[in-house]
Amino acid sequence: MFRQVAHRLLTRSTTNHSACAAATILRPYSTDVSTDASSGDSAFVEAWKKVAPNIDPPKTPIQFMEPRPPTPSTLPSKLTVNFVLPYAAELSKAEVDMVIVPATTGQMGILPGHVPTIAELKPGLLSVHEGNDVKKYFISSGFAFVHSNSYADILAVEAIPLDRIDPAQVQKGLSEFTQKLNSASTDLDKAEAQIGVDVHSALNSALTG
Amino acid sequence: MAMAALRREGRRFAPLVSSPNPINAIRSTLAPAEEQVGLGVRSISTQVVRNRMKSVRNIQKITKAMKMVAASKLRAIQVRAENSRGLWQPFTALLGDTPSVNVKKNVIVTISSDKGLCGGINSTSVKISRALHKINSGPDTECKYVILGEKGKAQLIRDSKKDIELILTELQKNFLNYTQVSVLADVILKNVEFDALRIVFNKFQSVVSFLPTTATVLSPEIVERESEAGGKIGDLDSYEIEGGETKSEVLQNLAEFQFSCVMFNAVLENACSEQGARMSAMDSSSRNAGDMLDRLTLTYNRTRQASITTELIEIISGASALEG
Repeated sequence: MFRQVAHRLLTRSTTNHSACAAATILRPYSTDVSTDASSGDSAFVEAWKKVAPNIDPPKTPIQFMEPRPPTPSTLPSKLTVNFVLPYAAELSKAEVDMVIVPATTGQMGILPGHVPTIAELKPGLLSVHEGNDVKKYFISSGFAFVHSNSYADILAVEAIPLDRIDPAQVQKGLSEFTQKLNSASTDLDKAEAQIGVDVHSALNSALTG
Repeated sequence: MAMAALRREGRRFAPLVSSPNPINAIRSTLAPAEEQVGLGVRSISTQVVRNRMKSVRNIQKITKAMKMVAASKLRAIQVRAENSRGLWQPFTALLGDTPSVNVKKNVIVTISSDKGLCGGINSTSVKISRALHKINSGPDTECKYVILGEKGKAQLIRDSKKDIELILTELQKNFLNYTQVSVLADVILKNVEFDALRIVFNKFQSVVSFLPTTATVLSPEIVERESEAGGKIGDLDSYEIEGGETKSEVLQNLAEFQFSCVMFNAVLENACSEQGARMSAMDSSSRNAGDMLDRLTLTYNRTRQASITTELIEIISGASALEG
């Protein structure tokens, strides 16, 4: 009987230890889930407590985000860029000099101190300038937000560094979609072919230009 | 041989002594009972205990295997969920977080799993959804459900059937990717009228901890209304809008993009939480099975020893009856 009790104690302590160990070992993965103690929206929590006092209110996204710094009084020297894709955060709080984004109204350059802007992006070339370094990506569409505290958020669905694009494929795709556009019958086909043509010609000009 | 004869004698007499039912006892004296359980149990059987032990051992093996599978799936999907965390942050930085917004048409998007045996996460999501429904349904507001996942559907269809707009299941049949989620978001946006979408999911914090979370996406008209009224999205007007013909067109695209991004992150986080919860559920299940097996083993040994002792006693008493 003592053997059993000892065995149970041992397993319990090892499970606790392994659970703690698992939690501590895996925490480096979850570094960006900082559960901020600031309980988010107080009005929401109040309304929640009235309806469901026994259940803890759910967390809201703002509690998981580091707050952004306020607008500084002097012009900052660097632009802080967050360039995110669904599969990765390409640039996260990178301090750069300038970013050029392909907005639907044309290439737009963003420097520190740019006016707050919400820009819709079309497929095109994105270049990040840091000193003498220029990193170029071809992005499918997305959005770019510039905030007054010289933070720029660029969201794109896909982004590829330019050197990974095959020019021959681009030409082939372009001719294929132009042909589809000419032979398209329904509006949907026309729209799809048009999108294909747009993207491929943007790719073409990005590679050459 | 004498022992065998004695044993047979004992078998014939035992029913008379131990059986509670006299009619049955007479019947068994005529035909000595061969079966080991029921009337006149002659030697204590370990068969029942052995069967239980076998099934508990099988269950332990199965749950251990399920835990390993869940652990490997978790490792794969955790990386993707972590990487997608940057996607919703720009929207919250721009538009703020307004779960207490007061709108007419609320839609609650509940994300749950398709498969079970994953602990309590689906029940938690459903409880939160129900409470949100209660908060947001009033005399002039309405609140509808869009359900992703079989388990949420099973729970919510029982009492909120008329409030359910759309049910989507089998999300994880193919590898979860952004294209799939954006198609889903498109379907929801096309078929459901909304002023505010409240997405309920379990955010993955660690293998043992899942935080129920609700993210709010507002329709462009409500964004405009809130920014005019001041408050959290107050300074939206200070942002210049580039692209598109009108501001409302760009805001429309923005709202749709926000919904698909937030959904993508939510679906990945929920899948992560599902695997983590399954891991811990299967782990505690194997542990319980192990405990049960220990107890059954003790019972088995006791039963076995008791039956041996009974045999010995009978033999010895038979032998002493012969001598004495």
